[in-house]
Parts: sequence; structure tokens; C-alpha cells
Amino acid sequence: MIIKCPHCGPRDLAEFSYHGDATLTRPDPASTDRDAWNAYVYDRTNPAGDHREYWQHSGGCRRHVVVSRNTLTHAITDVRFAGERK
Amino acid sequence: MRRYSGFALVREAMRGHKGWGQQWSSPEPKKEYDVIIVGAGGHGLATAYYLAKEHGITNIAVLEKGWLGGGNTGRNTTIIRSNYLYDESAGLYDHAVKLWENLSQDLNYNVMYSPRGVMMLAHNVHDVQVFKRHIHANRLNGVDNEWLTPEAAKEYCPPLNISQSARYPVMGAALQRRGGTARHDAVAWGYARAASDRGVHVIQNCEVTGVRRGGNGQVTGVETSRGFIGAKKVGVVAAGHTSVIMEMADVRMPLESFPLQALVSEPVKPCFPCVVMSNTVHAYISQSDKGELVIGAGTDQYTSYSQTGGLHIIQHTLDAICEMFPMFTRMKMLRSWGGIVDVTPDRSPIIAKTPVSGLYVNCGWGTGGFKATPGSGHVFAHTIANDNPHRINTAYTIERFNSGRLIDEAAAAAVAH
Ligand SMILES: Cc1cc2nc3c(=O)[nH]c(=O)nc-3n(C[C@H](O)[C@H](O)[C@H](O)COP(=O)(O)OP(=O)(O)OC[C@H]3O[C@@H](n4cnc5c(N)ncnc54)[C@H](O)[C@@H]3O)c2cc1C
Ligand SMILES: [Zn+2]
Repeated sequence: MIIKCPHCGPRDLAEFSYHGDATLTRPDPASTDRDAWNAYVYDRTNPAGDHREYWQHSGGCRRHVVVSRNTLTHAITDVRFAGERK
Repeated sequence: MRRYSGFALVREAMRGHKGWGQQWSSPEPKKEYDVIIVGAGGHGLATAYYLAKEHGITNIAVLEKGWLGGGNTGRNTTIIRSNYLYDESAGLYDHAVKLWENLSQDLNYNVMYSPRGVMMLAHNVHDVQVFKRHIHANRLNGVDNEWLTPEAAKEYCPPLNISQSARYPVMGAALQRRGGTARHDAVAWGYARAASDRGVHVIQNCEVTGVRRGGNGQVTGVETSRGFIGAKKVGVVAAGHTSVIMEMADVRMPLESFPLQALVSEPVKPCFPCVVMSNTVHAYISQSDKGELVIGAGTDQYTSYSQTGGLHIIQHTLDAICEMFPMFTRMKMLRSWGGIVDVTPDRSPIIAKTPVSGLYVNCGWGTGGFKATPGSGHVFAHTIANDNPHRINTAYTIERFNSGRLIDEAAAAAVAH
């Protein structure tokens, strides 16, 4: 798999570390709603198909990126810095 | 069902093997069943078998999108052991080992269970401490597991390199003598044949595409590639595809699916007496009765449903194998493949009722569920039949992540097992 880092350009998978599902929204840190936290920490859509996920270019610029990837084909359609609006 | 025996073998040998017949029937799906099991892997087939055998429920269909045993059951490295850390795990996995011991007789099918010993290597101080802790915990639970010095480990497994100058020197090992291997295909086939004999319909090439629910939310059946099939109860046993099927019933699962790979070498004469696992370097090895070395690797770091893993993962594993067993450096590898494993946050399975009435789930076996096949099917059948868990699987709920009562074998082993 080749991931196109927005800062460094196309780089090999081995330079990146996977940081998981990027579709979740963290509850308000002050929230004591157990179900909301449970859903955020543990439950996953785990889709067979299009997915958005966090990766870090740990062997390169070290920026965190959001990768849109198909989990059936591994085709990557979009990579952008984490924090940028989709 | 025609029973298999030495006598039958001789008789058929005399008759040109013309009288064996089909091992299981392939009926058309009925309109409705009491219980539908989704997924004809070892766990699903075992569930159907024990439902029929122990609970008298025989109006069952096991629906399989591909061919039976074509999922992780037919792709795994068949390591069987029960030396897990926690009481709940010891209960579940040792229940399975006890069933393995008599499974060939019970099913009248040779599953080639071979308790040749599973040896887990310690390569650093942390490993030594963790394994000794496991050994003590196991002994309190009546599960055999013993500590071996490097010399004793080499005596048990002569090909092992215990040189202190090795890249990952062996500092000792934990040995479970009752651990071993079984023939994965035979497990699926044996359960399918025995279940079919008791009236269970095993229906292959039938993909579940939806879960239908009635007005009160209760499950009423499943949509499939062969049309709607009604059911009073549905048990989902679909390993890496569980999230996808549960989503059809609006249940979000604490699961992620990853590729896990294995490979086999060219077959050679018997040279490797036991199973050796090294969690630290991510390599598992045994020799099959056909003579191939069976080697397991680690998971890829990212989620996937592709049934293929990265080449660098198996390269890393083969590096480790060659370090530990220098005599294998010139072996040729024949095939490699991947399976999609469903991993829970605490690396323990879920065998439970769900928020949806009539829907049950058995999943989250991740990288290590083959060993549990008979025990898993046995307690899941109990759960479905009684709408209540068996004593052994009471703790294996979905809700444990909400309540915090984890069965944290993830922290206990910190690796694929
Ligand atoms: C490479 C590898 C090595 C492993 N090594 C070991 C080991 O050494 N020891 C060990 O204990 N465990 C090991 N495991 C784990 C073990 O294989 C699994 O935990 C176990 O086999 C799971 O069995 P199962 O019956 O639940 O799943 P499976 O055998 O995967 O069965 C699930 C079935 O569901 C079917 N299905 C999926 N979706 C649908 C649908 N929509 N409709 C109908 N059917 C569907 C699939 O086709 C599949 O046949 C390994 C796994 C892999 C991949
Ligand atoms: Zn970069």
C-alpha cells in the first residue's frame, strides 16, 4: 500500500502507523454519560467498504492524517491532514 | 449415517470405495426454522450439532455464504491450548480442551487431535515474569502448564536454537502438554456430518443479506441470496464478518476486523515434535501430519476485509523462524494466505444474547478461536436453547465493555495468541 502524505508525497505503508477509526466524535470531556463513552471507546462500525481512519506518518513528517480507504480493496481515495474539514 | 470404522474401511477397500456416500445432505432451504445459524465455520456447525444433540432442537439451518469451513476454520494454524490467565478464560478454553479429547469418538470422525504439547518461548525478563504468572494462575485453575529452562526446552524440541548469541535468546518456556493441534477441515466436516445426521440443514452458497424483525423488534428471519428464510431465533457466528451482519439488525459491535496470515512449507519427513509459539517475535510453528511446516504470523495493523495481508508481516515471521530454528533456513515455502479475524478490545470473545430479542452472537475470537471450537459451540447452543448463558459463558457479554468487567487477555498477553 502506498499512502500519499499531503506533506511528503507518496510513501510506503511501512512509514506509517495506524491509529484507528476517524469517524467517531469524542463526547464532551465533562460528560459522565456512560453509554456515550462506551460507544466512543469501544463500538465500531468496522465497515466492509469505504472507511475513514487516522494514520500517522511516523517514519516521515510525523503529521497525523485522515485516510479514506476501502477495506475490501485497500484503494485509497483521499488523504488529508487530521483536523482539516472533510 | 453410515458409521466410520476400521471394519468399514476394509469393506470399502474390497469394494473399490463405492459405498461411502455423501457425508452430509445439501437440502433446499425450508420456509422457516426454529433456529438459523449464520456461518458454517467450526463454531457455527458445532453450535448446530450441540443444539441437536443436547437440547433436542433439530429444526435448524446453518447458512453459509461460501463453502463450509472456508472461513478462518479452514485457514488457521490449528494451535490448541487452554493456558490463559483469567478464571473466565481458563473455564472456557479448558472446557474446549476436555471436549477435544473425546471429539473424534463423539463425532465418529477423526479430527486428528494431537496433544503434542504447546511450548511458548520467553525471550526477555518481561516474558519470563508473565509466563510464570500464567503458570501459577493456570495451576490454581487446574490447567496444566509448566516452566522449562532453556535446556529443558531444547530437550523437548531439539531443533530449537538456545544459543545466548541468538537475536532473540531463549530464556525459558512455558509448556502445556495437553495442548497441540487438530485437523481444521476435519473439524468442520465432522460437525457438519454429525449435525446433518441429526436433521440439521447445512446450506452452502447462501449469503445472509439482511435480518428481518417484527413489530416488537423480535427477529423473524433473515434475507438471503436465496430468498427470505424465517426463524424464531438467529445465531450469528460469522467471525470477521460479524460487524457487517449485526449492523443489519442495527447492533453496533465492539469489534474490528484485521487480516491474519499463515503459510506452509514444502512437506518434509517428521522433524518437528511439538508446537512452538513465540509471542515476542510473532512466530508460531508446528509440523502437519502431511509433513508441511505450518507457520503463523501476526495481524496487519489496519482493518481489512480483503483476506490478504502485507508481505512484510510474513517476512518478519520467517526471519524469526530462521533465527530460532536455523535448520529451516533453506526450506521452501509453498503457500501463504490470510483470514479476516474479528478482534474485541479485551481480546476475549463475545458469546451472548444481544439487545435484539431472538438474536444471539458468538464472535470476537480474533486470532485464537479454533482451539475453542467445541467449547464455544457447546455453550452457545446452551445460550440459544435456554435464552440464557451457560455458567461458563456468563461473563462473555457485549455489555462487559460498558460495565468495565473486561476479561483482559489483551493486557495479559499483549499479542496475538
Ligand atoms: C491465519 C490464521 C491463523 C490462526 N491460527 C489459530 C490457531 O493457531 N489457533 C486458534 O485457536 N485459532 C487460530 N486462528 C483463529 C481461528 O481460525 C478462528 O478464531 C476460528 O476458526 C473462528 O471460527 P468460526 O467458525 O467462528 O469462523 P469461520 O470459520 O470464519 O466461519 C464463519 C463463516 O461465516 C461465513 N459468513 C460470513 N458472512 C456471512 C454471511 N453474510 N452469510 C452467510 N455466511 C457468512 C463465512 O463465510 C465463514 O465460513 C487463526 C486464524 C487465522 C486467520
Ligand atoms: Zn509526511
